[in-house]
Amino acid sequence: MKHIKNVSRRSFLKKLGISSTALVLGVQLPSMLTIPKALAGVTGPDKFSPNVYVQIGADNIVSIVVHRSEMGQGIRTSIPMIVADELGADWQQIDIIQGLGDKKYGSQNTDGSRSVRRFYQPLREAGASARMMLQQAAAEKWQVDVSETRADNNFIIHDKSGQKLSFGSLVKAASALTVPEASTLILKPSKDFKFIGKSDVALVDGKKIATGATTFGFDVELDNMRYAVIARPPVLAAKVKSFDEKAAKAVSGVIDVVQMPELEEPAVFKPLGGVAVIATNTWAAIKGREALNIQWHESEHQNYTSETYKQALAKSCDNPAKALRSKGDTSKALAEAKKVIKASYYVPELIHVPMEPPAATAHYHDGIFDIWACTQTPQSSQGTVAQITGVAAENININVTLLGGGFGRKSKPDFVAEAAILAKQLNVPVKVLWTREDEIQNGYYHAVSYQKLTAGIDNNGRISAWQHHVAEPPIGATFSKGADLIGSEADLGLIDMPFEIANVSCAAGKAPAHTRIGWMRSVTNINHAFATGSFVDELAHAKGVDSKEHLISLIGADRKIDFAEENAKYGNYGETLEKFPVDTARMKAVINKASKMADWGRKLPKGHGLGIAMHRSFVSYVACVVEVSEDSDGKIKVHDVWMAVDCGLAVNLERIRSQMEGAAIFALSLTFYSELTAKNGVIEQNNFDGYQVARFADAPMTHVEIIKSDAAPGGVGEPGVPPIAPAICNAIFDATGKRYRELPLKQYNIV
Amino acid sequence: MITLSINGKSHQFNDDGDMPLLWALRDVLKYTGTKYGCGKGLCGACTVHVDGQPIRSCVTPVSAIGKQKVTTIEGLSEHADHPVQQAWQSLNVPQCGYCQSGQIMSAVALLERNSAPNDKDIELAMSGNICRCGTYQRIKQAIHLAADLATEVKGS
Ligand code: FES
Ligand code: FES
Repeated sequence: MKHIKNVSRRSFLKKLGISSTALVLGVQLPSMLTIPKALAGVTGPDKFSPNVYVQIGADNIVSIVVHRSEMGQGIRTSIPMIVADELGADWQQIDIIQGLGDKKYGSQNTDGSRSVRRFYQPLREAGASARMMLQQAAAEKWQVDVSETRADNNFIIHDKSGQKLSFGSLVKAASALTVPEASTLILKPSKDFKFIGKSDVALVDGKKIATGATTFGFDVELDNMRYAVIARPPVLAAKVKSFDEKAAKAVSGVIDVVQMPELEEPAVFKPLGGVAVIATNTWAAIKGREALNIQWHESEHQNYTSETYKQALAKSCDNPAKALRSKGDTSKALAEAKKVIKASYYVPELIHVPMEPPAATAHYHDGIFDIWACTQTPQSSQGTVAQITGVAAENININVTLLGGGFGRKSKPDFVAEAAILAKQLNVPVKVLWTREDEIQNGYYHAVSYQKLTAGIDNNGRISAWQHHVAEPPIGATFSKGADLIGSEADLGLIDMPFEIANVSCAAGKAPAHTRIGWMRSVTNINHAFATGSFVDELAHAKGVDSKEHLISLIGADRKIDFAEENAKYGNYGETLEKFPVDTARMKAVINKASKMADWGRKLPKGHGLGIAMHRSFVSYVACVVEVSEDSDGKIKVHDVWMAVDCGLAVNLERIRSQMEGAAIFALSLTFYSELTAKNGVIEQNNFDGYQVARFADAPMTHVEIIKSDAAPGGVGEPGVPPIAPAICNAIFDATGKRYRELPLKQYNIV
Repeated sequence: MITLSINGKSHQFNDDGDMPLLWALRDVLKYTGTKYGCGKGLCGACTVHVDGQPIRSCVTPVSAIGKQKVTTIEGLSEHADHPVQQAWQSLNVPQCGYCQSGQIMSAVALLERNSAPNDKDIELAMSGNICRCGTYQRIKQAIHLAADLATEVKGS
């Protein structure tokens, strides 16, 4: 019998055929709690720090600041790859420093799939300027022309003379030089990349994760620290009427009960209010909270009930209040069409459920806040705490821990502010922990949506009109009370529908919000792509043509689309159309690639079906083909997902693949299982039994191919999600002839 | 007072015996490698071994442990060299990593009782562990890899 026993790392790698000198980061990372404040930007006699991202020590260690939050996307590996490559650093001598919240790094708001997209260039420049200064220092020592030198493995090398000097030995001389102007920087040609675009870089936190040695927001421990859980209003903006402080305090371990400031809408990132129970451990705090017996006042949102709200949304679609894109004359084209096809789609309210719920620890001392939090956005955490507590932002240190998943939840710092309020009031370090129930019932929600699509087919069998009406409560309501019309959500898969159709109209109906509406991984691309990707497949079937060929032909000629020509204000994820065009050739290329991977058109086993969809979001392009089967009980199984992604220049291939694998599962969850419903203003689900997500046996095999490209790097964390749900539903239709237009599919008893 | 044996070390525990082992480990004894994900036995993030059996520590009161030996992720190996831990690193299994302590503890328990599990065995044994990041496919590959390597170790 085999026996599981420990085996040395070296012999393990040998057995795998990996040499132990492969790119496995061997250095010890500093513990979260010992991160020196404001390390970057400090230059001393034995430290050389030409910019805020890089520091080189006389000991030859290259410290690289990761200023973005790690939540599973691999940024703590990818940023060092970019900087180290340009610098010519030795991967074994890198130290990774998690940056505190600080404006000097530029935006640290880790959402919108933009860490590499926005920082690829600045990070390369940071590496290049350090490298050029080291080259300059060496050239002066050797009295040679700087152009004859190069950097590799923490050395500056002069090939002609065979001389080389370590980075560490050049620190003093390099520190005395002026930092070169951005315009004079010479970046490495891409053919010389050592890390960028390579697959074999191990995760820098991999070992710590495998041994349980990481520090997440939940794991922060300070001396004399208290644990707090908070009873928050079950209905948004309900105020506390009464509670039993004595009963809570009678629970062993409970130290204090504190009423939180009441929420005045708009909610923004303010704490929700309620009553906090502070204890010597989390369990006592939870027990104490149960004993509070809180009574709440009525709230204006208590009539929010999903069933009736859905009907209101459907009606609102018929009466749009805002035109978002109009090309040609859609009404006329529909009136003249030979055939008109209509379909409605519904996606319920959703929530992030990162495996780690929100948590933050605050310590207030000497007029200073030291805060540790699993936040996606340390700067806005800092700003929110400053605003709410009155402490100046420069006296608020936000340490970013690892995030046990984020998906957008942790870019709202309400939980950080809660910890700050309590720590200041009680004058002890306080860790605020959200239970799963809190996370599900008091979240920032992905908006419920209803969509009505109508298309006309003309006498020549061409799609002559496309009309897309949506109603969904806007994110804007979280920031401006009463807002009831979507804004930039329309840019996410609604108005940027890329099909070459002569008459197009997109419009939104009103939808008031009764919960805090937020953004969740890929945001409204989820529902818009579900509707668009499903409807286009319905049109293919109506026309009796192959789904993939139809998709390609509807995208039409190679061109770069400017939606402004069709009366649409398109934000393009904050990027210019010059740098990141809406390129139909790239759309077709990913479709062709994914089809090829899946061997589209092959003869399928009985009960099997293939579905396809493509979506551009966060300026990247993803197409996927899904294979499903229906068993004799009518249950659906997703077998394989083939994804082709064009995200421009690909920095960390391995993490791009893992993000696509993860996106497939994230989307599978919402396609089959996840749904929130509200009754009288209260979210009815509260844990993973009511709010379900995909589990092990649901997982398909996901195959990923990354298109080789020199285009500017686009987003990766989110673009994999949107095309999956429509591809699954299209595959189910192919397998069963049944078209499902409302998510999640568990309501149809097919899982 | 309760004496708890954690990773071969004995600890005195003076708090409420009803406290779930999860919070005793994390808040009282400071073994923070074991994670909270749901508190209701639904997600597997809190999985530890009690006398070699995988249990959900969030729904197991300290008083139920008695003299049984508790193993947490921190006690799996001294040098991160358990085959499962190594397979996890070699395949870059984790995304955020938060669920992985529980995943690893479930996987180790599976391999202890079935040294060559097939895909179905793995799906069954791991069905109580949620990974919201969606690393299931790599977990499956890593369990197979760990099983293969363990064989080779035995054979070599
Ligand atoms: S925390 Fe124990 S099963 Fe989820
Ligand atoms: S790796 Fe993030 S939840 Fe599993």
